[in-house]
Amino acid sequence: MATTLPPPKPEVLERPDKSRNGSTGNGGWQNLVPIEGNFRTIEEYSPPPSSSAIWVGIAAICMSFAAFTSALIVRQGASNDWRHITLPSVLFLSTMLLVASSVTLEVARRRVAAYMGGVQSQVASSRLWLYVTLGLGLLFVAGQYMAWLQLRSQGLYLATNPNSSFFYVFTAMHALHVLGGLAGLLRVIRKLGLGTLRRSTLNATSIYWHFMGVLWIYLFLLLWMRI
Amino acid sequence: MHEVSAAPAAHHGPPTTFIRKHVFSTDHKVIGIQYYHLALVAVVIGMVLSWLMRIHLGWTNAAIPGLQAISPNGAPGGVMTPEYYLQLMTMHATIMVFFVLTTAPFAAFGNYFLPIQTGAEDMPFPHFNMMSFWVTLTGFLVLVSAFFVSDGPPLAGWTSYAPLSAIGKAAGPGQGAGQVIWATALAIFCVGQLLGALNFISTVLDMRCKGMTLSRLPVTAWAWFITSCMGLTAFAVLMPACILLILDHVAGTSFFIPSGLVINDQLIPHSGGSTLLWQHLFWFFGHPEVYIAIVPGMGIVTHVLMTNMRRPMLSMKAILYSFWALAFLSYMVYGHHMFVSGMNPFSSLVFSFPTLMITIPSTILVLIWIGSLYGTKLRINTASLFALGFISMFVSGGVSGFFLAQPSIDIMLHATYFVVGHFHMVMGVAAMFGIFSGTYFWFPKMYGRMMDETLGKIHFWLTFVGTYCIFMPFHYLGWAGNVRRYAAFTDDYLKPLIPLHQFISVAALITGAVQLIFIYNFINSRFRGAPATANPWEGTSLEWIMPSPPPWNNFGGKDPVVYHDAEQYGVKTASGADYIMQNSPEQAVSGADGD
Repeated sequence: MATTLPPPKPEVLERPDKSRNGSTGNGGWQNLVPIEGNFRTIEEYSPPPSSSAIWVGIAAICMSFAAFTSALIVRQGASNDWRHITLPSVLFLSTMLLVASSVTLEVARRRVAAYMGGVQSQVASSRLWLYVTLGLGLLFVAGQYMAWLQLRSQGLYLATNPNSSFFYVFTAMHALHVLGGLAGLLRVIRKLGLGTLRRSTLNATSIYWHFMGVLWIYLFLLLWMRI
Repeated sequence: MHEVSAAPAAHHGPPTTFIRKHVFSTDHKVIGIQYYHLALVAVVIGMVLSWLMRIHLGWTNAAIPGLQAISPNGAPGGVMTPEYYLQLMTMHATIMVFFVLTTAPFAAFGNYFLPIQTGAEDMPFPHFNMMSFWVTLTGFLVLVSAFFVSDGPPLAGWTSYAPLSAIGKAAGPGQGAGQVIWATALAIFCVGQLLGALNFISTVLDMRCKGMTLSRLPVTAWAWFITSCMGLTAFAVLMPACILLILDHVAGTSFFIPSGLVINDQLIPHSGGSTLLWQHLFWFFGHPEVYIAIVPGMGIVTHVLMTNMRRPMLSMKAILYSFWALAFLSYMVYGHHMFVSGMNPFSSLVFSFPTLMITIPSTILVLIWIGSLYGTKLRINTASLFALGFISMFVSGGVSGFFLAQPSIDIMLHATYFVVGHFHMVMGVAAMFGIFSGTYFWFPKMYGRMMDETLGKIHFWLTFVGTYCIFMPFHYLGWAGNVRRYAAFTDDYLKPLIPLHQFISVAALITGAVQLIFIYNFINSRFRGAPATANPWEGTSLEWIMPSPPPWNNFGGKDPVVYHDAEQYGVKTASGADYIMQNSPEQAVSGADGD
């Protein structure tokens, strides 16, 4: 093996002055922080942490709902007190709302991309589409609440029978996660207004939001078939 | 040279106020130390609880001074009731497993050293990281608050089997509010650990510095990464289980409570629940939890031994594959906790096979450690002694696992002290030895001062002998049929075993008191220890290239560049040193296995 004499000085990468972006928080040290608040100058070098972290988070959520699902299957087989209930009709509407919100979010994402590409006029419309997404998300949560009211009017409470127990637990847990997604959307809208939105933040929020839709469709089918 | 972007993100600026620096800090190092201190507080509480239990087991009718003041109902006249014994046992195990064995080796050391060892300035989501600690602390405080509710803490054990854990007050003292507090605390704890695992995984995947390929990551970084993967999937299952348990208590649901249950002549108004469901959910989390506790210790032991024997491990690849195998198999074997639970016997067979298989990666690890040690001149210091102690405990406790893995033998031994001895040695004490080894090894880096080696060695030998005196006899007690979870031994066949219990109790009290040496050494060295150099142990990984203690931004605003893996020991270099730091471009003259 070759010897190097004298050894070269250890290589260090000098980092630019941080005072400009000292408060920018997460996002990986490699790149992706807007310079002087202008995100159009960003160059992407490597995937930022949020792009993998969002999948890690989704994996954890999948495990939780897998646990709930296995609980439902085991509980159904454990006893003969399983009583089928008719799913509240409002769920069909709220499902469509959630699917529509995924579409509007994609539209918003494309508008933001166009803005990042230099089309100044897109900033207002991208914000509008984000607000539409937010509104549809809120309507979805309201729809879930309506579904609970419908069940309640039929005399089906959380502890009435195992089916209603699982229905309330599944919808409540999913709605909690959707509320988290709504908070993420609000954050995106705020950053867009401040000019500090990073594409990775928008992408991660979008992936999470689409996942909420996929998760709901799965839960809806599960509830439909099993409850 | 301009390989970083024009504007890299500083994760956070230097902390300016006391609160931001020491309390609500986003610095991974401060968070690591906060986790460590939480574990110290928790371990003291857990140990005192075990003392109380051991005194009661040795001298059942003896009054323990002051105990009545703590719990007038649980210990009238200072003599604990059988229920109170079970309550202390539940809290001892819960505190130790969650707030010591998970927080110290994984959350504390991992937070402090994972970003440094990967060459990052911080974790990718420092605010999540800060939340992770504060949420975990909240979980701890909620758990401990169970001591202060009227009925006291729950008595269903750390496994909290349903229906005992689900039916509420009728099941006994602590099974009302206490049990709800227990489940709530664990659900909170899960949130904290999920936030932590998210950060750990993202750090390893995305925050590595230039040249730090995955194969160059130090073994400890790998151990924390693998542990995070386990934590992510295991805690995500425990949380739903706890939510369902809480609902059974407070909302009248019947997830875990079967029909027609009569307790104390009282018909329980629930129906149709599955008691086995809780066990499945719990142990799907519970067995990986064992490896969450032990794998970081294995990483620390490998790291410490390699540094002190000045030679690479025989095969680092085999070690890493074994870690992965342990992690993967830990999900396949959980049913071995349920051999006597009424599960289908064929299921027992299915779970028995991977349980025996998991001994293979464990054995590979031990053989590599011992084989690598063969012929080396190990530098004997407290850290390396505790690493050797880890191997000793892991082997001694692991051997009894062969017996328990087989349903036909486990049926006889499951409810005895044999199992108590097994898991205390193999995951309790072994993991503690890993924590001690890591503490003595990294203390100079964390606090900038050396710990006292003489006191450390006294601490090691007394602890080593003491823990064998406590836990080896447990195996004998188990063979003799001594059932576990009994508060007193009044049966004729158990009476002859009481002197042995008294011996164990004395050993436990002495070994516990010996830990005061450690606490004295820890506090005294923190303020009066000899100043530590940057690299006191002549290690190769990146934590040793920075001052002790490191500055707030780790590498002083510069990103290191890595040229080697962390195993460059026993090499000949031009400078005469027998090791090459990971960030040194120097090549070995001979002896390196390079990469």
